[in-house]
Amino acid sequence: MELFKEDKIYNFLGKGKIFFVASFVLFFLAIGLIAIKGFSFGIDFTGGTVVQVKYTNVAPIVKIREALAKNELFKHASVTEFGSPQEIIIKTAASTDGLNKDIGDTTKELLKGTGDFEIRRVDMVGPKVGDELRTKGLTAFLLTLVAIMATVTFRYEWRFALAAIIAIVHDIVITFGFVSYFEVDFNIESVAALLMILGYSIHDTIIVYDRIREHIEESKNTDFVMIVNEAVSRTQSRTTLTSLTVFFVVLTLFVFGGDIMLGFSFPMLIGVIVGTYSSIFVAAQLVVWTGFSVDSYRQMLAEKVKNRIEKEKMRAQFEQGIV
Amino acid sequence: MKLNYRVVLLIFATIFGLVFSLPSLTQSQSGAKVTLGLDLQGGLHMLLGVKTDEALTSQLKSIASGIKHFTEHNDILIDGLSASNNTVTFELLDEDDAVVMDEYLKKVEGTVIHSAKGQYSLAMTPTAIEKLKVQAVDQAIETIRNRLDQFGLAEPTVAKQGVDKILVELPGIKTAQEEQRARELISRAAKLEMMAIDEDRAMRANEMTEMEAAGFEDKLLDDALEPKVKHLVHEIAILDGTMLTNAQVGYDQNNRPVINFSLNSEGAQIFGDFTGKNVGKRLAIVLDGKVYSAPVINERIGGGSGQISGNYTTEEANDLSIALRSGALLAPIYMMEKRSVGPSLGADSIKASLMALVSGFGLVILFMMFYYKLAGVIANFAVVINLFIILALMSLMGATLTLPGMAGIVLHIGLAVDANIIINERIREGLRAGLPARRAITEGYSKAMRAILDSNVTQILACTILYVYGTGAVKGFAVTLSMGLLASMLTAIVGSYGIYQLFMDRIEKSKNYSLWFGMTRKVA
Repeated sequence: MELFKEDKIYNFLGKGKIFFVASFVLFFLAIGLIAIKGFSFGIDFTGGTVVQVKYTNVAPIVKIREALAKNELFKHASVTEFGSPQEIIIKTAASTDGLNKDIGDTTKELLKGTGDFEIRRVDMVGPKVGDELRTKGLTAFLLTLVAIMATVTFRYEWRFALAAIIAIVHDIVITFGFVSYFEVDFNIESVAALLMILGYSIHDTIIVYDRIREHIEESKNTDFVMIVNEAVSRTQSRTTLTSLTVFFVVLTLFVFGGDIMLGFSFPMLIGVIVGTYSSIFVAAQLVVWTGFSVDSYRQMLAEKVKNRIEKEKMRAQFEQGIV
Repeated sequence: MKLNYRVVLLIFATIFGLVFSLPSLTQSQSGAKVTLGLDLQGGLHMLLGVKTDEALTSQLKSIASGIKHFTEHNDILIDGLSASNNTVTFELLDEDDAVVMDEYLKKVEGTVIHSAKGQYSLAMTPTAIEKLKVQAVDQAIETIRNRLDQFGLAEPTVAKQGVDKILVELPGIKTAQEEQRARELISRAAKLEMMAIDEDRAMRANEMTEMEAAGFEDKLLDDALEPKVKHLVHEIAILDGTMLTNAQVGYDQNNRPVINFSLNSEGAQIFGDFTGKNVGKRLAIVLDGKVYSAPVINERIGGGSGQISGNYTTEEANDLSIALRSGALLAPIYMMEKRSVGPSLGADSIKASLMALVSGFGLVILFMMFYYKLAGVIANFAVVINLFIILALMSLMGATLTLPGMAGIVLHIGLAVDANIIINERIREGLRAGLPARRAITEGYSKAMRAILDSNVTQILACTILYVYGTGAVKGFAVTLSMGLLASMLTAIVGSYGIYQLFMDRIEKSKNYSLWFGMTRKVA
C-alpha cells in the first residue's frame, strides 16, 4: 500500500504565513490559558492526599462527603467517582506527618458506616517534597534543552538547533495548554509525558533536518526554500506513518489505561498530533526565517573537507618523517 | 542464502533477549528478574524525614546524664545541672573538685567547655553537630532496617535518599493491619530510660504544672496504663537504652506477656550503684516518655536485668522487643511521602497496561503487515526481538517496572517501528527511482542510518541528563527509554538489514516489489 505520491513536491513553505499565524495564535492562547487558568496540579507537586476507595455496592458519595466533613483534614476535600460508580477518589490538600496514625487511617475511621468498602490506594505527599520535585524537574528540563541545542549545532548548524528548540517549546506549550483547558491532573506522569513529547518532537524534527542536509550536500540547488519543500515532502510519508503507529498505541493507552494513566495518556495524545504538525509545518519553516544561507553552509562543508584533507596530508608527511 | 555477520548478530541478540527475559516472564525463582514496582504489585512506599534537631537535644541530655553519674560516683557536689539551648550548664559547688571535673569533661567529645568561678557550660562544636546529624540519619536507617528484618517481611528496602531522607519500600504488605503494624514498628522511638522518682514531691505530682516541675529539675510523665496518673521524676535519667544488650518476650506469674531486658556491664554497674544507694525509693521504668512501672527498690539490684510489663498482647510485646533490641532511634522520624497500593489495585493496573500493550502492539503489527507486506513482517520481527531485549536488559540491571515504565514500553512499540519505516520508505524511494533492488536496499540503509543515529544519539543524551537530574519515576522512564533506543538501533539497523541480505538473491530474482515492499504503483 502507498498513501503518498512519491514525486510530488508540496509547497509547504508557500503556506508558511498561514501556519505561522495558526501556531502563533495557538501558542499564545495556550500561554494565556496556562497563566490564567493554570494547572490542576496533582499532589506530587502541591502536597496533599489522594485516597482511592472501592465499595462493594454503588459508592454513596453524599454520605461519604458528610462523613468526611466532620474532620478538619478533609475540610476542602473533593469526592469524585473514579472509573466506575463503585469507586471514588478523595482528594484533600492536607497531609499528616506521623507514622503511627496517618491520614489514611483517619479516612478509614471516618468512612465507617458508609457501606462495605476497601481502601485501594493512599498517596500522601508532604509539602516539602513537591518543592524539590519542581526545582529538580525544571533543572533537568532546561539542561536537556541545552544538550539538544549543543548536539544539533554540532551535527547541523546553530540555526537548525534554534529552530528545533523553538519547535519543542511550541509543541510542549500547546499540548499543556490543552491539559490546562481540559483540567487534566498534572502529576509526575505528566512530566514523563512532557519528556516523551520532547523526545518525539526532536526526533521528528531531526529526520526532516537530515533530509535538508542531504539535499544541500548532494544537489546543486541553491534555493533553500525549494530544498526545504522537497525535504519535507519526501519525509512526509514517513512522518505521517510513524505518527499513525504512535497514535495507535497512545490511543490504546488512553482507552485502556483508565483514569489512573490520564495524566500521561492525555498529553501524549495531544503531543503526538502537535509534534507531527510542527515537524512538517513549523521546524523547517523556522530555519528559513532565521536567514540560513545554503551557500555559506556549503562553504563551511567545503572548509571542513579541506581541513580534513590537509590534516591527513600532514599526518602522512609526519609518518613519512618529512616534518 | 548465505549467513552474514548481521544475521549472526541478530541471532545472538535474539537468544540474549529470550534467555534473559525468561526469568521475568515466567517469574521463576532463579535468575535476574525485573521487579514490579509497588504501584503494580501493591505495597507500601514511604519517604521518611529525620528530626535531627532532636538528636542534638537527646545527645546533650545524655552528656548531662553522664555528668550526673560521674559527680555522684565521685562525691562531687554540683547544682543546677540542665541541658537546654544547645548547652549543658551546671555549677560546681566546691572549687577543689575542679581538677577532677575538668579531667572528666575533657573526655566528653565534640564540646567546647567554658568555666568561670565554678559556673560550667558545655556547648557542642558545629562539626560535632553536623556529624551527629549525619549519624542520626545513618543510625535511623540501620535501626529501621534491623527492625524490618526481624519483623519478617519479604524484601524490605531501606535506603538513604538525598542527605537526610530515608526511603522505605515494603512490597510484602498486603493488608491495612499489616501496614499499620509496620509503621508503628518503624516509628517507635524505643527509648528506654530508668528514672528516679522525686520522692520529696511525688505526692503533688498530679497538681503540679510542667513549669513548676522544671523548676525542681524534675519532669512530669504520664502513666502508660492509667492515663490520668502522673509521675514526677528527676529530669536526668539514671541510664538509658543504649546500655541495653537484649530484650525478649517473657511471661509473668499471671501468664501475661512482658519484656525482659538485660543491660551491659556499664549499665549493670550504674544500675547497681543507684539501687544500692536508694533503697526504699522508687525507680520508674520509662519507655518513650511514659512510665510503665515504678517499683520500690527493696535492695541493691545487681546483674543488670529488668522487666517491662504493660498489658501487652503477645504481638505487641513481640514488636516492642524487636524495637528495643534493634536500638532506639537517635532522632524521631516523620512521614514526608507515603504511597500505599492495595494488591487488588496493582493487579488491575497490570491488567489495564497489558491490555494497552497487547492491543497497541496488535494494531501496529497489523498496520505494518498491511502497508509493507513482507518488509512489514521483517519490521515486526525486529520489534518483537526489540521488546525481548528491553526486558532482558532491564532484568539484568534489576530494574523496577512501574506503571509509567509500562506506559513507556507501550509507547516504545510505536516508536520502535519508526526506524523500520524510515528505512522502508528510503528503499521504496530508491526502487521508484529505478535502482536495482540491491542498491536500493544498501543505499536506503546507509542514508536512513545517519538520520536514525543523529536522532537517537540526541535522545539518549537527553535521557542521560534526565537520569542524572530526575527523580523517581522520571529516572525509571529515562532508563526504559534509552534501553529501547539502543535495542531498536540494534534490531532495525543491524538486524533487519541482515535479513534483507539473507534474502537478497531472491528479492533480485523475483522483482515482485509489491510482495516484498508493499508497493502498489508501477515502478518506472
